[in-house]
Amino acid sequence: MAQPLVKKDDDRDDEAEYSPFLGIEKGAVLQEARVFNDPQLDPRRCSQVITKLLYLLNQGDSFTKVEATEVFFSVTKLFQSKDLGLRRMVYLIIKELSPSADEVIIVTSSLMKDMNSKTDMYRANAIRVLCRITDGTLLTQIERYLKQAIVDKNPVVASAALVSGIHLLQTNPEIVKRWSNEVQEAVQSRAALVQFHALALLQQIRQNDRLAVSKLVTSLTRGTVRSPLAQCLLIRYTSQVIRESNTQTGDRPFYDFLESCLRHKAEMVIFEAARAITELSGVTSRELTPAITVLQLFLSSSKPVLRFAAVRTLNKVAMTHPMAVTNCNIDMESLISDQNRSIATLAITTLLKTGNESSVDRLMKQITNFMSDIADEFKIVVVEAIRSLCLKFPLKYRSLMNFLSNILREEGGFEYKKAIVDSIVILIRDIPEAKESGLLHLCEFIEDCEFTYLSTQILHFLGIEGPMTTDPSKYIRYIYNRVHLENATVRAAAVSTLAKFGAMVDALKPRIFVLLRRCIFDSDDEVRDRATLYLNTLGGDGEVVETDKDVKIFLFGDLDIPLVNLETSLKNYEPSEESFDIDSVPKEVKSQPLVEKKAPGKKPAGLGAPPAGPPSTVDAYERLLSSIPEFSNFGKLFKSSSPVELTEAETEYAVNVVKHIFDRHVVFQYNCINTIPEQLLENVSVIVDASEAEDFAEVTSKPVRSLPYDTPGQTFVAFEKPDGITAVGKFSNMLRFIVKEVDPSTGEAEEDGVEDEYQLEDLEVVAADYMMKVGVSNFRNAWESMGEDFERVDEYGLGPRESLAEAVSAVINLLGMQPCEGTEAVAANSRSHTCLLSGVFLGNVRVLVRLQFGIEGSRDVAMKLAVRSEDEAVGDAIHEIVSCS
Amino acid sequence: MESEALTVSFDLLVNKRSVEVINFAEIWFSYVWNDSCPVVKNILLLDSEGKRVAVKYYSDDWTTNNAKLAFEKSLFAKTLKSNARTEAEITMFDNNIVLYKFVQDLHFYVTGGEDENELILAAVLQGFFDSVSLLLRGNVDKREALENLDLIFLCLDEIIERGMILETDANVIAGKVAVNSMDPTAPLSEQTIGQALATAREHLTRTLFQ
Repeated sequence: MAQPLVKKDDDRDDEAEYSPFLGIEKGAVLQEARVFNDPQLDPRRCSQVITKLLYLLNQGDSFTKVEATEVFFSVTKLFQSKDLGLRRMVYLIIKELSPSADEVIIVTSSLMKDMNSKTDMYRANAIRVLCRITDGTLLTQIERYLKQAIVDKNPVVASAALVSGIHLLQTNPEIVKRWSNEVQEAVQSRAALVQFHALALLQQIRQNDRLAVSKLVTSLTRGTVRSPLAQCLLIRYTSQVIRESNTQTGDRPFYDFLESCLRHKAEMVIFEAARAITELSGVTSRELTPAITVLQLFLSSSKPVLRFAAVRTLNKVAMTHPMAVTNCNIDMESLISDQNRSIATLAITTLLKTGNESSVDRLMKQITNFMSDIADEFKIVVVEAIRSLCLKFPLKYRSLMNFLSNILREEGGFEYKKAIVDSIVILIRDIPEAKESGLLHLCEFIEDCEFTYLSTQILHFLGIEGPMTTDPSKYIRYIYNRVHLENATVRAAAVSTLAKFGAMVDALKPRIFVLLRRCIFDSDDEVRDRATLYLNTLGGDGEVVETDKDVKIFLFGDLDIPLVNLETSLKNYEPSEESFDIDSVPKEVKSQPLVEKKAPGKKPAGLGAPPAGPPSTVDAYERLLSSIPEFSNFGKLFKSSSPVELTEAETEYAVNVVKHIFDRHVVFQYNCINTIPEQLLENVSVIVDASEAEDFAEVTSKPVRSLPYDTPGQTFVAFEKPDGITAVGKFSNMLRFIVKEVDPSTGEAEEDGVEDEYQLEDLEVVAADYMMKVGVSNFRNAWESMGEDFERVDEYGLGPRESLAEAVSAVINLLGMQPCEGTEAVAANSRSHTCLLSGVFLGNVRVLVRLQFGIEGSRDVAMKLAVRSEDEAVGDAIHEIVSCS
Repeated sequence: MESEALTVSFDLLVNKRSVEVINFAEIWFSYVWNDSCPVVKNILLLDSEGKRVAVKYYSDDWTTNNAKLAFEKSLFAKTLKSNARTEAEITMFDNNIVLYKFVQDLHFYVTGGEDENELILAAVLQGFFDSVSLLLRGNVDKREALENLDLIFLCLDEIIERGMILETDANVIAGKVAVNSMDPTAPLSEQTIGQALATAREHLTRTLFQ
């Protein structure tokens, strides 16, 4: 290596370590690259310089465009040399420099010469380089050579051409598609890799032609495929064909082929086939068995790769077919102690999914030893698996709860601790026997908990569950300790929890008062305020005690107002004689704020369409409507829909409509914008044809007097509808106005105008319009407090659906209710789902809905709908909505 | 006249070239692949401190050099303690599957997508590892690798072409690379190619079964 490169002042302390590239510097190497221009080339030295250039690029150095162009030009000179090794390096560096189109021209002739050389190595590499750097125009010139190369007797040349073809297919598909005859021939090649590359290219050429792929698979599954890689490809194509062919009952096409691949001599093929079988949609246990058997053999392999691949696949199978995997449990258990932690974690989570009741204790013991030496991310996976196991075997709650509390005491990050706490909370909720021990574990945890968030969550939970236990007094100590030892946030939460105990347990009340009085002297004002407030409401000061029921609603009731709305209202509130009225806060959950403008020309998707203008709040609507005398006697506004577009984007007039629902009236507010600078519109109104909405009768309309360019204006049409009935219907709309020409230079309008009309799209009033999205924070509590009195349950078949998630979201949209506790999200691959909805129906009636979905093999979705509401009629109305659609 | 014209066109080219184009050809945009073809996302050869000896990326998952370095650093840290000296090891990392094998002060890695057949990636790693062993004639360490870095680069070039597997048989790969070093002073050609390969294979079998 050239000495000048070694910088003498290099202060890195790797003197002991010799490297030929020590102290290498880009500037110096670029200087060195001048040897490429020497009239007498020294191939060895040139190769070394190229290696240095490649080293620099590989280390992440980049060349400026000037440098790169300069290097490229001098490299092209090296084609003069006949040295094979040097030529090879030249090919490499050209690919790395990735010359621009103009530069490519300079090497094209040299590369084309090499493509026709007698040396196979030249031909193969020249093809790869040329195809890498070429653009479409050059491709037509060399197409003839490439087609020949594909069927060349030298496998290296053929592979080079085929692989280049795979890449070129993305940029120049029409050219590559002309090669299918040659590629077809190459599929029959005796060289293993050529067959693989040809198969890959042929499938990609034909990928949009189902029939052709199916034919290809049929012929190849009967013939001989030489390379394991090609066989893997064939298995993938076969699965694709199986997926696309509509599986009727009876034998699945090509299953026999997949099964025969399980006996292939190459492990990669066996595994590919086993995996393909497990991923067949609607796979039966009979079909699964042979695949599971080979995977089980892999589990005890000496190679980590095989064990990993097998356990990962079995883990996936366990989600849908836990019974099929139970045979492997013994092998899986020995993997818990696998040195490779990825394998061990996969084995544990699989076992937790497939294990039976009797193996739980043994499993827990093994996992305890294992937990200490895996990373948090793995631990969370294990905790989640244990949670679902416990729900599956409630009788085993004791050992599982113990396990959770043990790991809760050990070191761990926030996410991990949160996963454990969440699991314990869920177990307490769902397994009554686990409640007392679970609560005590949580109490012990908050004695030494570094996460404020978790402490407050647990305190809140204690406040709800603790008073209902047999001996509530034992929790008081833990809670009151927080008041002494923690930060203000936790102290405030502890005060609230104490108050809840006081409210629910009369025997504890005097003691709670003592504790609360001590909190009045806290250093933090929130803590003091809370203590004072609770002392007052609970009657600790000996003052007038509010009724028991009020106190409980105050302490435990849901604030059924979205916090965002409350925040806005409080901000708008100006201190005055009148105190803040919490009932004035709108209860409607605001729709997602408009993030991006719709793509032009796209039709809005019904109700969910984003508003064109700035999103108006319910508040603003109410103010606007009450300012219009015609609507003043309609009563309190129940709900306003989000705007629905009635025109395509970028038309002459942009109109959207907001539906305002009152008890006995519906008001359509048409927001109009005139987008033509040369026009002034006057007397603008919307003529509504309600012939397809029988229950509605138009009472009044309010036109816009004048609508200048780009200034929004509103026109209203009001309808009367029968009280308490969820009238639905379809309305067709016509915009009517007088148009006057405007002189753009002066902005003055002409005297005379012409009457004109403009057809708008139809508008529908649907059942969901009578439902307000109002969430509850704790659905179970709300559900239970609502009681069974007006519960209505029925089952419905929803017919074949695209997916479970699609069915769930369709029903949510239909009802227009607020999904609670994240139940609108459906886990992938799940066969059943429960969704909780909450809302307020016209007439301010609270409604809760519990939907249980199940999907059958043929994608038929069945749904059980349970409604609880404060009004019997509303429950029926909900069922009516579902059954009518 | 002629040289003047050449300078003009040269300047023109310099201006037209955009900086980003450099090194761009390596990045093979994975989205154009349909999912049926096995794809390798990267091959890494790092030293015992996690520094690069030779790396090659074929996926656009990592667009900047810093992103690549960060990936190498955390992968190295994650795998450092595992025993990947007798058998290739495997792990999930950032939604990728990574196969790796260590020898002396060299760490070999092959990365593929999370849905890739693990055993295909294992074959690529084995092909890379064995062909490097053959080309370095059994002396597989960092110093030897750096001294023959041209062979390592050529070796990578013969295994993967833009994410697509070209060859996994170590003998074929090493054969193709060795054929190209015909220079009389180049390391391998002190003996004939056949001899070189025979010695190398011998070395390899020894290292494999020791």
